Amino acid sequence: MRQNVLIGLALLAGLWLARNLYVIFLGLPDEAAQGAIYRIMFFHVPSWFTCFTAFFVAGISSMLYLGKKSTMYDTLAVSAVEVGVVFTIIGLVTGSIWGRIIWGIWWTWDPRLTWALITCIVYSGYLMLRRAIDDPTARAKNSAVLCIFAFASVVITYKAIDWWRTQHPGPVLSIRTGGGNMDPAMEAMLFSNWGALLLLCIVLVAVRMKQEDTSREVESLRRYAHAA
Amino acid sequence: MNFVSQTLTVAGKDIRSEIRTKESLNAAISFAIVILVIFSFAVDPSAEQIKEMSGGLLWIVFAFAGALILNRSFARELGNDCLDALICSPVPSAALFTGKAAANFVLLMVVEAVSLPIFGVLYNMQWMRDPATLAAVCMLATWGITIIGTVFSALTVNLRLRELMLPVLIYPMMIPALMAAMRLTTVLISEGTIPADDIIWLRLLVGFDIIFTALSVMLIDTVLIG
Repeated sequence: MRQNVLIGLALLAGLWLARNLYVIFLGLPDEAAQGAIYRIMFFHVPSWFTCFTAFFVAGISSMLYLGKKSTMYDTLAVSAVEVGVVFTIIGLVTGSIWGRIIWGIWWTWDPRLTWALITCIVYSGYLMLRRAIDDPTARAKNSAVLCIFAFASVVITYKAIDWWRTQHPGPVLSIRTGGGNMDPAMEAMLFSNWGALLLLCIVLVAVRMKQEDTSREVESLRRYAHAA
Repeated sequence: MNFVSQTLTVAGKDIRSEIRTKESLNAAISFAIVILVIFSFAVDPSAEQIKEMSGGLLWIVFAFAGALILNRSFARELGNDCLDALICSPVPSAALFTGKAAANFVLLMVVEAVSLPIFGVLYNMQWMRDPATLAAVCMLATWGITIIGTVFSALTVNLRLRELMLPVLIYPMMIPALMAAMRLTTVLISEGTIPADDIIWLRLLVGFDIIFTALSVMLIDTVLIG
């Protein structure tokens, strides 16, 4: 039953993304100043929103793990972080491609970009820490603490364009500017693609949670066999 | 015993132990001097360029040397199960943590106090233009570094790859404090005062210290006991 729901959601995410790709490439016109490359924004911005959401969920489930000591929250945290790191890398790569075309450079040490990279490194450190601890309880506890600390980098990345004067474009979405900075059709597509990527993220997290549960089971069987 | 005296007892124990063995202090000071010397071979900058990169150079030195001190903070308690004895003692985890952080803070301040004059001599730099403000910036940033370093030292103390994992985890977390300290030290060495535009960095440093001290004290019970 659960597997059927997951397959259904994955199909829905795939169809939604396919429909969005059709509208992005064939429905929407080129942007006046940037030309065709602006279309990468429909993946760049939603990827960041998706990874921030994943890291937020990981932070909350880490807090819940420390409070309730249920392995389910640890499983959710590690799955959300792993998928979040993938979306962070997508955000970094798509931003870099856009920067190469618009700024003429792949990378600049601008506060927003730097913090985005730091966020990626911090959460990669979380995954490395998990691999370095053998005991499942200590692994879950220590990585939950790190996950709570790591969320500070997400907040700073999000607020970097407000706190520093950055080369990275400032806020353009109407929820932050009050409107007028972006064509409503383009903004609607941006949110639509975020919805599709978020759905894909949920499916991936659910699949990863299942894998984590299985690996826990294998690990405990191995321990049991070793003890016997 | 109240919280403050418990903290001071733990800090005093760590500092006394370090003074007797000098296992990490000597290594940290030597390491700091070596980086300062190697840097002079790496580039041949003018006095003006040195002023511009002074903050960055100094805080890279302090952060790298600091990792040697922080790595030993909880690891030195592993022998003879001293860490378990400390956890079982009537001292609360928060006092144990703040005591260890205070000891690391003092040791790192010693490294900085030795490195700064050496930096001034080697690079012919007038660094004492506003010593009180520079000392305040150093203290705030050092507290930020030690608080993050001490909590992660506790977190990684039982790992096989402790020496490898600690720098990987702490440097990215320290970046806000290091960025602010680098900027403020650079302006204090080059201009002798903090311009109004750069006060935001001082606020960032204070905010970083408050947030991470509170977060660390809240979570240390979980880290040490579970």
